[in-house]
This record gives sequence, structure tokens and C-alpha cells, in this order.
Amino acid sequence: MLGYALRRLLGILPTLLVIITVSFCVMRLAPGGPFDAEQALPPSVRANLERAYGLDQPLPLQYLRYLGRLAHGDLGPSLRQRDFTVSELIATGLPLSVTLGLAAVLLAVLLGIPAGVLAAIRRGSGLDHGVTTLAVLAIALPSFVTGPLLALIFGLYLHWLPVAGWEAGEPRYLVLPVLTLALPIAAYLARLMRGSLLEVLRAPYVRSARARGLGGARVLWRHALRPALLPVVSYLGPAVAFAVTGSLVVETVFGLPGTGRYLVQGAIDRDYPLVMGMIIVYAVFTLLCNLLADLLYGWLDPGVRHD
Amino acid sequence: MTELLAGEGRGLWSDARRRLGCNRMALTALAVIVLLACLAALAPLLSPWAYDSLDWRHLAAPPGLTASHWLGTDRLGRDLLVRTLYGARLSLVISVVASAVSLAIGIAWGSIAGYAGGRTDAWMMRCVDVLYSLPYLFIVIILTTLFRRGSITVLLLGVAAVGWLTTARIVRGQTLALKRREFVEAARATGATPWDILRRHIVPNLLGPVAVYAALTVPQMIMFETFLSFLGLGVQEPNASLGNLVYVGAQEMESAPWLLIVPAAVLALLLISLNLFGDGVRDALDPRER
Repeated sequence: MLGYALRRLLGILPTLLVIITVSFCVMRLAPGGPFDAEQALPPSVRANLERAYGLDQPLPLQYLRYLGRLAHGDLGPSLRQRDFTVSELIATGLPLSVTLGLAAVLLAVLLGIPAGVLAAIRRGSGLDHGVTTLAVLAIALPSFVTGPLLALIFGLYLHWLPVAGWEAGEPRYLVLPVLTLALPIAAYLARLMRGSLLEVLRAPYVRSARARGLGGARVLWRHALRPALLPVVSYLGPAVAFAVTGSLVVETVFGLPGTGRYLVQGAIDRDYPLVMGMIIVYAVFTLLCNLLADLLYGWLDPGVRHD
Repeated sequence: MTELLAGEGRGLWSDARRRLGCNRMALTALAVIVLLACLAALAPLLSPWAYDSLDWRHLAAPPGLTASHWLGTDRLGRDLLVRTLYGARLSLVISVVASAVSLAIGIAWGSIAGYAGGRTDAWMMRCVDVLYSLPYLFIVIILTTLFRRGSITVLLLGVAAVGWLTTARIVRGQTLALKRREFVEAARATGATPWDILRRHIVPNLLGPVAVYAALTVPQMIMFETFLSFLGLGVQEPNASLGNLVYVGAQEMESAPWLLIVPAAVLALLLISLNLFGDGVRDALDPRER
């Protein structure tokens, strides 16, 4: 198991290299440069700037240099916000984005899984229909629609929560963003949980457990829940990745100072190191989440053996 | 008895159509989609206002049936009803074309990989795996920012570039199963080229599972397009997409909430109907899944 985990961890490296190479090429082959937007830089100043950041070198050399610095954990300077390095910029925004994403996944698990279980054991009831209908709505609606609508209702009309904005140490500002981000994930989890539990409850071994005279609750806890959780767990890895990436939208909707703005603004500004840094940080995060989900899956399902 | 045996036209597709015909939810959803699409297509004929014509006498006018603008206007005095319908039209066209492009790429890639097998297959699917593990949102964002911003072609390609991966996986799996079947072997025995076998025997037989996926791709593509437009990377002013209309609405919701509510409601209606219809198609083509 440990050997498998280590091997999978090493397997991330080539994927990461491909991601870095592809993004580097796409970005550098696109027209425009980081010093275009500023009003008429004198050619000599511009040449100096380019020399200072090593942008006058041939592209393959720049690529190798970037990789070399990256191997030392250096993401380089930001070309636009020149007082900061990329690591500093990302470090200021990331805690908020990650908090937002993880809180949303946690809320989604707490809402979605019980809802799915309840819908499955009370199949065909009003509760089941309610959960299924809500799930369809929450999956169909993108967060940039639900977010502003929630802000309109709870912020502007009911005055329960702030409409947008951020003050450090004030969790009130996180309630609506977390809820917005959690809704589609919770809906998806509820749907998966309901479907897989219904399937498991039909399985012969569950019927035989019933036949041995075990009560409904005991069958559910001891026999049905664990195998039914498998597909749900395998969705959790992508869900965390979705939440952290999705925080980008929610941050825009609610005006939170996370990392989301760096990606869009960085790409518009052609701030190459900033965009590369964001992609690398998020790609590592996604890959790790998927890996963790796979490992958890193996632990839950004795049928999957890693060796 | 003979009638039963003869059972005319009871193939996969006619069965599916019959099942879909019994699904009231899916039919209602389809009716809503058709109605919205017709309204969107006829938008220029329905109203005296164009999507970018300014009405200086009615700036940020609230909705009202007696007013000259039923659903109100935005801050520049542009008619919200017309802009929303134009937005729906653009979003629909982009998502349908993007779905078609991504399905075509996915079918080609998946069936070639599956049929070729061996090392070709391994490499082709490895590419898909790597692309799959990328935070795909980032790729689209970068593609659309780095090339000319607001160009609809780039937007289309960016959206389609992400959509083909799942199709390719589904198609490859189906192809692997199909290529071992007798009719493919028979075709090979008669000397048909791999290209002919793919085109005439394999692709037509995997359209069922692909149709299921395709029906749910369209709403995904709409979500994607509107999302990019919401971020300001997609359709640009003065053109309207449901995405940038929701963005403007969210900015102005304190003074003019209808600017948010109208496009958000239309987008919600469209996405919910498309999802319900997609679910209906899935249930009709693949009754086991119910």
C-alpha cells in the first residue's frame, strides 16, 4: 500500500511536466507581451526590462531556466506587480481560496450524503421527490447564477448576511460563498449516494442479512453503507478540485481576495510567471486530490488491491 | 402471432422514441427548449428595439406591461427582453456548435484508438488522461484570454477542446467491445479497409451511448460559455450572452434587480430544461439506468 502510494506520487511528476510544458508553450506562442499595455515605453526601457527578466533569451533557454528555478521552488517574479514574487502573491490569496473550497466540500458532504441516504431508504416518498428535484436544480444552475441570487435574497432583501466583500476574521462573509459553492457538490453527492445505496440495498447479501432477522438500521450501518459509499468517495477527489477551482467564480461574485483574480488578470496582462505559478499550484492540488481519492477507494473496497 | 414476430421497426431508436414519448417531464422540457429557441430565433421580429439600440427616454426603466419595454431596460436604455433573447440565441448557438465539434473529435479519437489497439491506443488514451487531470477550466481560460479576447471562434474552440475527452473515453470503450463482434470480423474477412469498418460498422453502432452523453453535453457547454462570458472572457459588450448579462445584473442588483433576475431566470430555465431532457434521453436509450 505504501509502495503503491509512493509510486503514484512519483507518477504525478511526468504529468506535471507535461502540464508545465503545454501551458508554457501556449502562453508564449500567443501574441502580445507583458509590457504591451503600458503606454508607449521607450524602446530602450523596454529592452532593459526584457533583459532584466530574461525575456530576450531564446524560448527553449527560458523554458529550461524556468524549470531550473522551479526545481528550487522558485516561481519567479511577477512581471506586473513588480514589488512581489509570484510565491508571495499566491501565498496571500491561497489560504482564503482553500478555506472556501474545503469548507464547501465539508458542507456538501454533511448535506449531500445524509440527504441521499434518506432519499434512498424512503424511496418514492415526498422526501425522496424533494431531494431529487432539489438536486436537479442545484446541478443545473451554475454558481454565478445562484451566487448573485442568494446575495440578492439573503443580503439585500432580508439583511441577514453581507451581500459581498471581506473582512479578515469575520466568518459571516464566508457563509454565502461557501453555500453557493457547496450546493452543486451536495446535489451531486446526494444523487450518487441515493443511486448507489438503492443498488446495494437490492444486493443478495443485504437481503440475506434481512432474512437473518437484522433490523433495518443495523443492515444499513453494518452492511449497506460502506459499499454504497464507494462511488461517492471516488467523486470526492474531483469534488475538492472542483471546489477549489470553482472558488474562482465565487470569489469574483462575492468580491473575495483569494487567488481567483490572479489567473484571469494574469492571463490578460500576460504576466507569464504569475499564470504559470497558478496553474502549477492548482494542478498539483488537483492531482493530489485524485490520488488521495484513489487511495481511500482502495482502503474502502477490499476488492481493489494495490501491489 | 406472425404480426408479433414481424414486429416492424422495433429497433433501438424507435423504442427509445416511444419511451421518450411517455416521459412527460422530458416532453415538457423539450417544449420549453423549443419555445425558448423559437423566441430567441425570432427576437429581431418581435420587438421594435435592437439589442444595442439606446432609448434615452427610458434609462434603467423597471419592467411593466404598460411600459414600452416589458422587461425594463438597462442603464444605457437597452431593452432587456431583446437583449436576453439575443443572449439566449448566442448561448444556444455556441453550445450546440461546440457540442457538435467536441463530439466529432471525441468519436474520431476514441474509435481510432479503440480500433487500432496496442501502442497507438495506449498513447492516444494517455494524452486524454493527461488532459483530463488538468484543471480544464484553466486551459479554457488561458486559451480564451491569450488569443483575441471576445472572438467567438476562439471561445467555441476553447469550449469544445474540453468537451471531447469524456466522449473519447466512452467511444473507445464501446469500440473495444464492438471490434470483437462477428459482423466486424465478417467485414474484415470481405476485405474492408479499417477506415471502412470504422465508418460503416463501428461508428453507427456506438451512436446510442454517444447520444446519451451528447444530450447532457449541450447544457454543460452552455454553462461553460456563460461562465466565460461572466468572467469577461467570452462574449463582449455590446453583444449579449446570458453570461455577461448576469454579470451586469449582479453589478447593478441593488438599484435594478430585474437586470439580474430576468437573464438569471432565463438561463436557469434553459439549463434545467436541457438537463431534464438529457435525463429523459438517457432513460429512453438506456432503461437499465433508471
